[in-house]
Amino acid sequence: MNYNEKYSKEQVWEFLAEIPDPEIPVITIEELGVLRELEILPNKVIVTITPTYTGCPAMKMFEDDILKTLHAKGIANAEVKMVYSPAWTTDWITEEAREKLRIYGIAPPVKGSQDKGILFSSGPKIVKCPRCNSSNTSLKSQFGSTACKALYTCDDCLEPFDYFKCI
Amino acid sequence: MTTKEALINYCLRIGDTSLILGQRMSEWCSNGPILEEDIAMTNIALDHIGQARTMLTYAGELEGKGRTEDDFAYKRHEREYFNSLLSERPNGHFGDTVARNFLQSAYFYHLYNALTSSKDLMIAAHAAKSLKEVTYHLRHSAEWVVRLGDGTDESKDKIQTSFDEIWEYTGDLFEMNEVDELLLKEGIAVDQKNIKAVWDKTINEVLDRATLQRPKDAYMHSGRLNAIHSEYLGHLLAEMQFLPRAYPDAKW
Repeated sequence: MNYNEKYSKEQVWEFLAEIPDPEIPVITIEELGVLRELEILPNKVIVTITPTYTGCPAMKMFEDDILKTLHAKGIANAEVKMVYSPAWTTDWITEEAREKLRIYGIAPPVKGSQDKGILFSSGPKIVKCPRCNSSNTSLKSQFGSTACKALYTCDDCLEPFDYFKCI
Repeated sequence: MTTKEALINYCLRIGDTSLILGQRMSEWCSNGPILEEDIAMTNIALDHIGQARTMLTYAGELEGKGRTEDDFAYKRHEREYFNSLLSERPNGHFGDTVARNFLQSAYFYHLYNALTSSKDLMIAAHAAKSLKEVTYHLRHSAEWVVRLGDGTDESKDKIQTSFDEIWEYTGDLFEMNEVDELLLKEGIAVDQKNIKAVWDKTINEVLDRATLQRPKDAYMHSGRLNAIHSEYLGHLLAEMQFLPRAYPDAKW
């Protein structure tokens, strides 16, 4: 089978773009910015992805899910390549995905606001509670339930919530 | 020594230090003083293990003998490990871990910052990626140094002792040999003297703020460059390598 004749690049990209993040199933690998490139050769499809965090355990699942999706479409010979440059940043998360995160209960990263304080957190950053939209929230820990999240508490509705932290 | 051989060794120094510190941090899993710290320390462990994977995989590619990240992690003995002496120090109490991690994270922060302009593209990419992660590690440990140092009499006393006792393992971080010289000429490595200068500044700034005394430089242990270790690395490897050595073909 010649993959170029069977599918256009756009078609294959669409198949891949629908794969959800295994840990945050409301957003896709495309919206997250993990899916970087796609190359279709006559006898092989090469998908390039980049890790969110070097140790993110979901990366192996991304890879498996990509291969499974392609196999289901009759693309048996596929390869997933990992690139580290340019380094993934939360700024690549699309607007739609940010809204989906919020509805899901995870406060989306405040765009372009990577904490520049090297030794100490540099001043308060306003993270709105995804449940009641209050700005009266406080950071409990820079490390949360997964590598990409910090732990906050809302001081108005008193609910704890995850914040998708900026890198 | 060829440039390639030097580069493989350079990758192992970075990768092994990440791996061993990651393994140490994972020992805190379920033993943290509070839940948030338990989660923070295991998160940091995961970052370090991820960083180690990149470097050990790259070392294997450079070597070209088919060794994988797992081969490097599980099938080498103590005398083949190039991690820093600091990274293998036992966790001790929470303050001991904070002191060790702060000294090592400040080193990683400045090393990666400098290596982002390495002429080796993989090293540069790894540095840029890891820098984002270790910035969080450095901030986490620096904030704890201040909280404990400028805390109660007991916490101050304890963390000052932690720094005093671990200080003699910091000299090892900055030693250089022919690997550094060769790679410096190629624009791949960075001069450890430059890293030491900025590291000193960071350490002084945080210790000052924490109202702690910087320990005096006295005898410094040495070992990293020649894969010579304290008695602690063997015990750590015994635990880390047990399963793949006992069941070499185990899959899960």
